[in-house]
Amino acid sequence: MLDSQHTGSAGTAGTIHGAGQEAHTHPTNTGVDNRKFAMWTLIASECFLFGTLIGNYLIHKNRGISGPKPHEVYQIDITTLSTFDLLMSSVAMVFALYYCNARRLRLFQFWTGVVALGGLIFLGFQYIEFSHFVLKEDLGLTRNIFASSFYLLTGCHGAHVTVGVIWMLSILITSLIKGDKWFNSTMVEVAGLYWHFVDVVWIIIFTVVYLFVYV
Amino acid sequence: MSASAHSQSYSKTGLWSWITTVDHKRIGILYACSALAFMVIAGIDALLMRSQLALPDNGLISAETYNGLVTMHGTSMIFLFIMPLSAGFFNFFTPLMIGAPDVAFPRLNALSFWIFLFGGLLLNFSYLIGQMPAVGWFAYANLTLRQYSPTVSVDFWVWGIQILGLASLIAAINFFTTILNMRAPGMTLLKMPIFIWATLVTQVLLILALPVITVACVMLSFDRAFGTGFFDPGAGGYVLMWEHLFWVFGHPEVYILILPGMGIVSEILATFSRKPLFGYSVMVYSTCAIGFLGFAVWAHHMFTVGMGPWANALFSAATMLIAIPTGVKIFNWMSTLWGGKIRFTTAALYAISFIAMFTFGGLSGIMHSSPPIDTQHHDTYFVVAHFHYVLYGGAVMALFGGIYYWFPKVTGRLMNETLGKIQFWLYMVGFNLTFFPMHFLGVQGMPRRIYTYAPDRGWNLWNLICTMGAYLTAIGAFLFAVNVFWSLFKGKIAGNDPWDARTLEWSLPSPPLEHNFDVIPTVTHLDEWWHRKYNEDGTRKVLAPAPHFDPQTIHLPNPSYWPIVLAFGILLIGTGFFLPSFGHVISIGTSVTGALVVLGSAFGWSYEKA
Repeated sequence: MLDSQHTGSAGTAGTIHGAGQEAHTHPTNTGVDNRKFAMWTLIASECFLFGTLIGNYLIHKNRGISGPKPHEVYQIDITTLSTFDLLMSSVAMVFALYYCNARRLRLFQFWTGVVALGGLIFLGFQYIEFSHFVLKEDLGLTRNIFASSFYLLTGCHGAHVTVGVIWMLSILITSLIKGDKWFNSTMVEVAGLYWHFVDVVWIIIFTVVYLFVYV
Repeated sequence: MSASAHSQSYSKTGLWSWITTVDHKRIGILYACSALAFMVIAGIDALLMRSQLALPDNGLISAETYNGLVTMHGTSMIFLFIMPLSAGFFNFFTPLMIGAPDVAFPRLNALSFWIFLFGGLLLNFSYLIGQMPAVGWFAYANLTLRQYSPTVSVDFWVWGIQILGLASLIAAINFFTTILNMRAPGMTLLKMPIFIWATLVTQVLLILALPVITVACVMLSFDRAFGTGFFDPGAGGYVLMWEHLFWVFGHPEVYILILPGMGIVSEILATFSRKPLFGYSVMVYSTCAIGFLGFAVWAHHMFTVGMGPWANALFSAATMLIAIPTGVKIFNWMSTLWGGKIRFTTAALYAISFIAMFTFGGLSGIMHSSPPIDTQHHDTYFVVAHFHYVLYGGAVMALFGGIYYWFPKVTGRLMNETLGKIQFWLYMVGFNLTFFPMHFLGVQGMPRRIYTYAPDRGWNLWNLICTMGAYLTAIGAFLFAVNVFWSLFKGKIAGNDPWDARTLEWSLPSPPLEHNFDVIPTVTHLDEWWHRKYNEDGTRKVLAPAPHFDPQTIHLPNPSYWPIVLAFGILLIGTGFFLPSFGHVISIGTSVTGALVVLGSAFGWSYEKA
């Protein structure tokens, strides 16, 4: 959750380094809104977070002493569906931001809801996958080191999707309450940056975790 | 700009105003005071250890307690003293030095502080229940697993680090954004004060290094709480994985500790030599180079684990490379002093001693970059001597110099110079008495982290001298406390610019007003304030009259209690992991309550008027 402080009077005295062409309400040195800038910074940090988790998974995936191996449990059809769903939610995010900028209230709310719904469906898929692993494949968190590093990686991603869903729902509810008075494009854009990043991470996870078993 | 003067009025004094403050200057003071309080505790750890080691076969404290003291001393000095004291300087001075009215996110700034404080208190709670983590500040696996550390002691370390890391990450994002986005008009990157450059690179290191330790700590707490086997060879896990993850974070961390000190020293030396910093742009590049190379040298902490000749050679070469930008800095500092009109104030003494002490530590560091030599020194007191010379003789001396330098700006009063110089010499002599003999002890083969030693090893004399040095330092620390309290009430009134300094914060009243600048300055020079005071030939200028100031244009962010509530929620999440012995309902319930508090306060935060 980012602060929505305005950037103070730093910009007022004429800090506009070529930022005048862009439609920013609070001129900054870079021309990028503080909240957006901070989100990019957070994303840089998150790259290292997921990089560590993915590296950890790659090191451990074949070191399970007992229990199933990766290629024995993954259900590529279901995961492909959930991947498609998450990608489409990113498309919905683009529409949501577009209609927010265009001040089209109902369409903005509709697409924001679609993003949240897409995230929820993805989490549902993850629930089905996890419970299938635990109940049918006897692959709980502590069954072997492959399972532990798999759940840590995908669980961390799932937690990020959960935060995103809560964020999108908060935007939707705020918009439903405040109506035409609340077209906070910057906030929607920042949430969108986060959402797209979580999607991109999933594409990498899908490739490295689910597709590499076929290599 | 929304030019509305703030409509609500609120109290500016009293405890509640400090709890709800979002003023970066107050938060900076909170950081510094907490850091100094934690330093006292970590210093007492050190005194106890030195007392135990003063004599051979000493029975003052038990082996278990000693292990706990080693761990808490290292962890606290790094995470609860040097980092937050640096954060205190970042907070107070970043906006003032770049000509900004505040940081980019004032409430996030308060949040960082409260998370830090709660994390620090959680870690220190381990003293109260006699469960100090006893695994070293690096908490090597698999000593940390349930099997070998069955009590909650390691949980204090894991959750302490996890929570403190979160605080640092939030602060780092905030300062990174502030510095790159909120500079005064005209202040291009290469017109920023060098301390701001040091701050900026430090934030980059934090942003990229912290997630690695976060993952490592999550894995460790999973191992301990849920029974996974990431660091358990019996389950297929790698013990060395922890060492790698820890040092991928841990080595950038040592630059996180030293870079702010280097920045402070650069400011002090330029001011008290009455010269511009020698080779400013090279200093900037060196700082960036150190930050970049800092990520490529982590495995020099692991030369003895058997990574093979290629890995050892590469990390050895990278480590030697990092000596180049560091050496460049040392020569630049000396060149700054050269030919200057040096005033030997207490702050200048600290800064000059920094150069010497840091060079000592750097030289023994270059020795360690060679794997064969490092193998001889590994886990001996030589290493203890090395890193205390860079972290104590380096970072801590610089931070003390920073306190003497900026105390008048923060409080409006100068510190007592006589007391300050006595303290400095006590510190200098005490420090060198403590740590120089450790080089001898190390090459004589005295291992680190032992709680006692036999009398016939030939280590008796130097150990006794080390301990005497530690006591001298303690007297110095006491004098420092006396000086601070005396100066707060009796110190000479400082005025705006007591040192005839160079950077923008000295153009403001001491202490600065809540809104910092009446009118945001327009910057035309590096060392802008100096150039406003002096012509190029060194003659004094008549200061330009203050530009017209309309108080109506000031907008101050409203105080907020949500940061402390949210931080408390994060503490609760962690606390749940300490309570399994009270049953799963209480344990999970506490963590879930914490998560709900975080969520609720995030909403309260988002909807309140900033």
